[in-house]
Amino acid sequence: MAKPLKDVIRDDPKKIFGLNTADANISKAYLSTAFITLLIGGILGLLQGLQRAGLMELPAFLNYYQVLTAHGILLILIFTAAFTIGYLYAGFSHTIGGLLPKVRKMAWTGFGLILVGVVLVVATILFNEASVLYTFYPPMAASPVFYIGLVFVVLGIWSNCFGVFINYNHWRKNHKGQVTPLFAFFTMGVFVLWFFGSLGVTYEVLTLIPWSLGWKETVNVMVSRTLFWSFGHTLVNIWYIVATSAWYVAIPKIIGGRLFSDKLARVVVILLVILNIPGGFHHQIIDPGITESIKFLHVFMSVSIAFPSLMTAFAMFAVMERAGRKHGGKGLFGWLKKLPWGDVRFLAPMIAMIAFIPGGAGGLINTSNQINQVIHNTLWVVGHFHITVGVSVVLTFFGICYFLIPFISKRKLTPQMNKLGIIQTIVWTVGMLLMAGSQHMVGLLGDPRRTSYTTYGDHETALSWIPYEYVMGIGATLLLLGIIIQVYAVFNMMFFAPKGETEFPIGESEDDALPTPLWTERWSLWIILMLMVVAMAYVVPIVDFVVNGSPGSPPIKTW
Amino acid sequence: MHRLEEIWLALSGGILIIFMVIVGYQGFALGMNPPSNMETIDPQKVDEIEPFDEPGVYKRGENEYEVIMTLQTFSFNPGDIEIPAGAEVTFTMTSKDVTHGFQVAGTNINAMVMPGRIQKITHTFDEPGNYLVLCNEYCGAGHQLMSTEITVK
Repeated sequence: MAKPLKDVIRDDPKKIFGLNTADANISKAYLSTAFITLLIGGILGLLQGLQRAGLMELPAFLNYYQVLTAHGILLILIFTAAFTIGYLYAGFSHTIGGLLPKVRKMAWTGFGLILVGVVLVVATILFNEASVLYTFYPPMAASPVFYIGLVFVVLGIWSNCFGVFINYNHWRKNHKGQVTPLFAFFTMGVFVLWFFGSLGVTYEVLTLIPWSLGWKETVNVMVSRTLFWSFGHTLVNIWYIVATSAWYVAIPKIIGGRLFSDKLARVVVILLVILNIPGGFHHQIIDPGITESIKFLHVFMSVSIAFPSLMTAFAMFAVMERAGRKHGGKGLFGWLKKLPWGDVRFLAPMIAMIAFIPGGAGGLINTSNQINQVIHNTLWVVGHFHITVGVSVVLTFFGICYFLIPFISKRKLTPQMNKLGIIQTIVWTVGMLLMAGSQHMVGLLGDPRRTSYTTYGDHETALSWIPYEYVMGIGATLLLLGIIIQVYAVFNMMFFAPKGETEFPIGESEDDALPTPLWTERWSLWIILMLMVVAMAYVVPIVDFVVNGSPGSPPIKTW
Repeated sequence: MHRLEEIWLALSGGILIIFMVIVGYQGFALGMNPPSNMETIDPQKVDEIEPFDEPGVYKRGENEYEVIMTLQTFSFNPGDIEIPAGAEVTFTMTSKDVTHGFQVAGTNINAMVMPGRIQKITHTFDEPGNYLVLCNEYCGAGHQLMSTEITVK
């Protein structure tokens, strides 16, 4: 698919080195927002970890549940969204030769909407009007301003979604008979899933606004919860596609190898888009009001997401083995030694991929009927998402920064910065191992999640959890240190590193690779299939909640 | 597709299918499905509706008990339950306000209790001891205080 590198440099040097300033500014704005959010969210995370272990007391004006709500929303929603847009828009612009002016405007509009949304949401949390956590399950009711803020955030994300759709179609019209660059394909997958995955929760929030204002008396609790999770878990898989885009596209180039199979990567994206939305249902395995057979269908639908992940595992190890052998690695595992372990752009995503092995296995546990009952709503779940999101996704994001940020700011990645990145990666990995490891273990013993420090009246079972909570606190401390290093590195590379050129690594196919078939580009078909899968999963239970449901619940404030 | 990749995917698919067969067998042949009771109730009138107008522990047969329980911020009613060892206990529960979780640490008892829904979960306590019951779904400012005990003699 790609022209030889030197031809590309001759024809259009910008395509390799640096981004046009207008597009780079969009990415800089989003990435700055992402890392300021990360710093605030990380400080809140440490406060939580120390409070939970009983090592410090929070003041009344900023209690544990306020901190938990803000930590969840800032990191789960804002940090990841801002990073994803900043990164994907840069790579998208880079691989398709620049954004259209109107798409740039849409990205800036989105940026403004997200900022307004964040301010409204954070303000209501600070005034203690919205201690409802990231899931905001009704009938617990926050101030209407909180829900209105969420609507602004969603509109901001949609503005970026439509920008990508427009630019993608524009490229396709002007390149008849060609497949889009792989990175652009990943970008399209992410924004398609983001748009369709957020429709359910948007409907939920739009029903909660009149309800919290008192214009509507009651709300159907089961419907709200189900619509929330149709988005709540899809979001996790959106980040996961973002992370895998770097695994598939950038890693082969960084380690001096080639893409394993361009077609396989696209099939993985298509499968993740089609299969993902019903995956959220496993959060409701021990809920009342859903029949056993529907729950079993959902176990099947959630487990099927493992299949594209296993394809990814094969492809990544194949890429690494081939590259290692090309550089002289011998024997069964000799190729491992030939990989660039000292390059943070490889080390961070590599640890992220390794973490996905226990992370994925834990995911299968969470999604299956009986075992879920053992760990549901315990700290195990918190450990699971800190190992998957906190390592597999976020450590990949960190690794991406070391080429992305010098690339957009036309600066160099210095050896010193690379070394700092390696230290950061190690601090982060150890911090997560301690924190997520102890959370997994104490969760198996029954320690609940989303609960401030308590010994339940010095019950001996609860007292036996305390040592694990101390380890969590130590892990949280290391993690904040890791965040401080990372935020320093990001802003240093954005504004102060020496001027120069850094490459955005885009892997090339093997010389004998077969051309990628054009049918992979049929997005209308993938969207129809996705909607069919969503209908299969949700029509029966939601109709049942509405038709056979109980009278709804009025808004209740319990904090 | 690559030959080794085909083998890998066939093995992966096979493992996932075996996994599903085990989950399905445990659920439908051994009756180990998660709590999924389908009855509904008006969440604003729980106190007036049977059986929740009289929460308590009831003996339902030889070695069989039923606990009729309401959950509300931030307590379980009834609390401090006593049960003889080896008895099969069914907890029939509903919430009077927000969503709560019902978990007995050290057992597989774990269920969501939602307003508007009646939830049931059955367990046999073989080991005597003092079990910690707690709410594991955030329910407000006093969530961390919401607990009680089951004493098995």
